[in-house]
Amino acid sequence: MAELSIADALKQAIREEMRRDEAVFCLGEDVDIEGGMGGAFTVTKGLAEEFGNERILNTPIAEILIGGVCVGAGITGMRPVADLQYGDFLFCMMDQLVNQAAKMCYMSGGTVHVPMVLRAPCGATNRGAQHAQSLESYFTHIPGLKVICPSTPYDAKGMLKQAIRDDNPVLVFEHKLLYGGSRKEKDAMKVAGEVPETDYTVEFGKAAVRREGTDVTIVANLLMSYRAQEAAVELEKEGISCEVIDPRSLVPFDYETVEQSVKKTGKLCIVHEDTYNNGWGAQVASHFAEHNIFDLDAPIKVVAAYDTPTPFAAPMENYVIPSTKRIIETVRELAKF
Amino acid sequence: MVKMPKKERALGMYKDMYLIRQYEEAIYYLFLEGIMPGTIHQSHGQEACAVGMIYDLRKEDYILTTHRPAGHDLAKGVSLRSMMCEMFGKAEGCCKGKGGAMHTGDISVGAITANAIVGGNLPIAAGVALRCKMLKTDNVAVCFFGDGASNEGAFHEALNAAAVWKLPVVYVCENNLYSATTSIKMTTAVENVAADRGSAYGIPSEVVDGNDVLAVNEAAKKAIKRARDGKGPTILELKTYRIGGHSRNDACGYRPKEEEAEWFSRDPVTTFRNRLLAEGVASEEELQEVEGAILAEIDEEIEYAKNAPEPQPEDALTDVYWEGGIA
Repeated sequence: MAELSIADALKQAIREEMRRDEAVFCLGEDVDIEGGMGGAFTVTKGLAEEFGNERILNTPIAEILIGGVCVGAGITGMRPVADLQYGDFLFCMMDQLVNQAAKMCYMSGGTVHVPMVLRAPCGATNRGAQHAQSLESYFTHIPGLKVICPSTPYDAKGMLKQAIRDDNPVLVFEHKLLYGGSRKEKDAMKVAGEVPETDYTVEFGKAAVRREGTDVTIVANLLMSYRAQEAAVELEKEGISCEVIDPRSLVPFDYETVEQSVKKTGKLCIVHEDTYNNGWGAQVASHFAEHNIFDLDAPIKVVAAYDTPTPFAAPMENYVIPSTKRIIETVRELAKF
Repeated sequence: MVKMPKKERALGMYKDMYLIRQYEEAIYYLFLEGIMPGTIHQSHGQEACAVGMIYDLRKEDYILTTHRPAGHDLAKGVSLRSMMCEMFGKAEGCCKGKGGAMHTGDISVGAITANAIVGGNLPIAAGVALRCKMLKTDNVAVCFFGDGASNEGAFHEALNAAAVWKLPVVYVCENNLYSATTSIKMTTAVENVAADRGSAYGIPSEVVDGNDVLAVNEAAKKAIKRARDGKGPTILELKTYRIGGHSRNDACGYRPKEEEAEWFSRDPVTTFRNRLLAEGVASEEELQEVEGAILAEIDEEIEYAKNAPEPQPEDALTDVYWEGGIA
């Protein structure tokens, strides 16, 4: 088994799926230009050598087009995999995504369906407000879309393969600080891990328990799942035992795994890099307030980015995005109940 | 004037146009009577555009239509029954009652679910055409849009890519002079809103009398052949006029009466009928027989749709995600 970065695990997933199924193709701005980067984060670099530029299709800077091409090709039998470069650019294609991709199956009474994958790099990385957002929550509100956020190389490969085989539109959020590709990011985490060279998929709607514990349940995705684990290590020293759950997919969401944990701990803390107001954490909190209030013996806490656009300067960015320290402080308070 | 084709072909075109006209008229009256639910965006007056463009398409070719889809869908072969049932919101509708008047279609005959976001179907058509090209078929996509769509950003993004990738697609602007109620002259500086912009993308374009089915068909054949031959997209701008308003309850107070009179004098169905008679293609009796059969069929399907079962309320919860079945 090879040790791969997330960027290389994603590349391997695409390569295997393109070999397996001729309907699969990649498109996007700069997906594989000779001398270019391979998307913004190296994932698609080098794929044109094997598959040619018909199936590794470099597009104009035109997100409405990219979205539309995915919809049109998808409903007529192809399996497009688009690279957005930066998730923030999803907003340029909102009509194609929300009015078209998400609704086509429903509006047609199920006679049409839209297999398509949009890969959206996310997360704050000293690039200012328009190349920084964690956008998962917007899309969890739209019936018809699936939303996944793999945070390990194993999941990245297995979930992207699953996404490509899914017959519905799937948004894949990939964190810039977790890629570990050849493009070096300041503050990037080293998350290389074992990735089987065999064909496997990871089912959506199954959370992963990253660390077992008995006192507090922490639900955290992407970069925050790592910060939550760091926090858990520190809190353990104070005698606070945390269970860290990475939901891996937000739509569908695995409430059951979280529920089992909450029944054990009685305390729930949700951590995401997305802003606080109506972030996906609010939905999870609402669900547990609605269904499990008597299993809880403390208020539900949501640790999220403050409700501002993402600032550029590091001291401000680090302040706005939830830090390990902020998670520790919040959980410490929670543990007092 | 384009030469009259052989009788079978000419009558075939007339039948298709007459069906669309009578379908739309019937819907209009059902709506006025309060029997037809929802809203309506009707295509009568624009029948020559639909029939001229679609008459020579194969079943495997695709059309992408708009919030005014009935003419295109009927011409492409979506069944009258499934259309009428959809208009009544019935379970047997072409979208099981989930789509409604603005989302009719049937992908099994190449009529992709109609799109009610102005300009939204242009980039989707690029994707459909890309698929036809990637799979090395010689099938094509024909994408209809209105004059108003030519000012959407999606128009620009789609046309640019269609040209650079030489996609097998025909972009058909049905310029009926009004974007909802706003005259296209108030919003667009060029005379031909789609055709004049073709050169900006390197796409050949043509302005055509959209009320003359044979003229439209002549232009369509050239554009479709160009697409099939792998030479890339064409823009056709068909000048036409709505008989009705933009949507329900629109009395067209913004259209000058003289303008309406001038266009109505060139009604595409009547004009073609007169030519069929004048050139001896068909007799009055023959045409009446054809028309009578179509009227009877429409009446029958209205009765069928009225009595067809409603969807179950909880059917609303299915088809959010594809659950398998029709691939």
